Amino acid sequence: MMRAALALLLAVMLVAPAAAGEAAPAAEDPALEKRVIELAAELRCLVCQNQSLADSNAGLAVDLRNQIRERMREGQSESQIVDFMVARYGDFVLYRPPVKATTALLWFGPILLVVVGLVVLFVRLRRRRAAAEPELSAVDHERAARLLAPGDEAETR
Amino acid sequence: MRFALPLGAFFLLVTLLAVGLTLNPREVPSPLVGKNAPVFELPRLHEPARRFSPKEMQGQVWLLNVWASWCVSCRDEHPLLVDLARSRTVPVYGLNYKDKREEALRWLVQFGDPYVLSVADADGRIGIDYGVYGVPETYVIDKAGVIRYKQIGPLTAERIKTRILPLVAELQR
Repeated sequence: MMRAALALLLAVMLVAPAAAGEAAPAAEDPALEKRVIELAAELRCLVCQNQSLADSNAGLAVDLRNQIRERMREGQSESQIVDFMVARYGDFVLYRPPVKATTALLWFGPILLVVVGLVVLFVRLRRRRAAAEPELSAVDHERAARLLAPGDEAETR
Repeated sequence: MRFALPLGAFFLLVTLLAVGLTLNPREVPSPLVGKNAPVFELPRLHEPARRFSPKEMQGQVWLLNVWASWCVSCRDEHPLLVDLARSRTVPVYGLNYKDKREEALRWLVQFGDPYVLSVADADGRIGIDYGVYGVPETYVIDKAGVIRYKQIGPLTAERIKTRILPLVAELQR
């Protein structure tokens, strides 16, 4: 009885994986699929905004990947497909936004910050150097000479 | 006085970040506002044999509301749409997005049907043309067929009162 149960269990275990859902069919055209994924990685998924279209499994991302694939099959170029996406979802879908008036701060902001930082640094260094070398008047020089002169004990007291 | 500049810069940064926190990252400005509403011809939800195209709406101001029975926040805004339809200020059309027909019909029976008619966008292809990414979405389309406003996410009573209705009134003039 025990042995029969074990045999049955074993049989179920052997059969179960076969009944499990079939893996998604491998891409029919690996070269095309590679291009699809490369382009999808450049585009933002709008449903889960921190993922690219290539990473996301949101319904919309799957649909948009299918759109990319279809359009590539029809012979459209990468830039045509990007234009298609931008026309519908705006520049926001691009991980590398174009240089425009509205994105100028995004592109040039860091450079601007570096320039401002350098200017501040330069001004401060100049000021410090000026403070480190105080102007000495003729009286100061004379006093220093007297202090440094050998043998004159009276002044050092 | 020595710390005036760094302190000022610090508060500037804090202000900037504070404003940033109140913005909604899901509200991506749509490039479609100001453009012609994408053309489509889809089967009607109630009578799949008949089709509907936005061309039929030339000369009228209308709302296109994207909805689905699987969409939870659609339920939140639905009573507002029912009220809006009852007020007869502007016709509301539905784009039933990536939904199953029976479930969509059952949903309308359960929650009320504010739509003059709904069309079925079963595979979501038209949704892509409209730049839909977060159901519900609502478009205000003018007499010439130009999209004048896009609401991403559920409508609120306040949004209808302060944005949608004034815009509709202005466009209807």
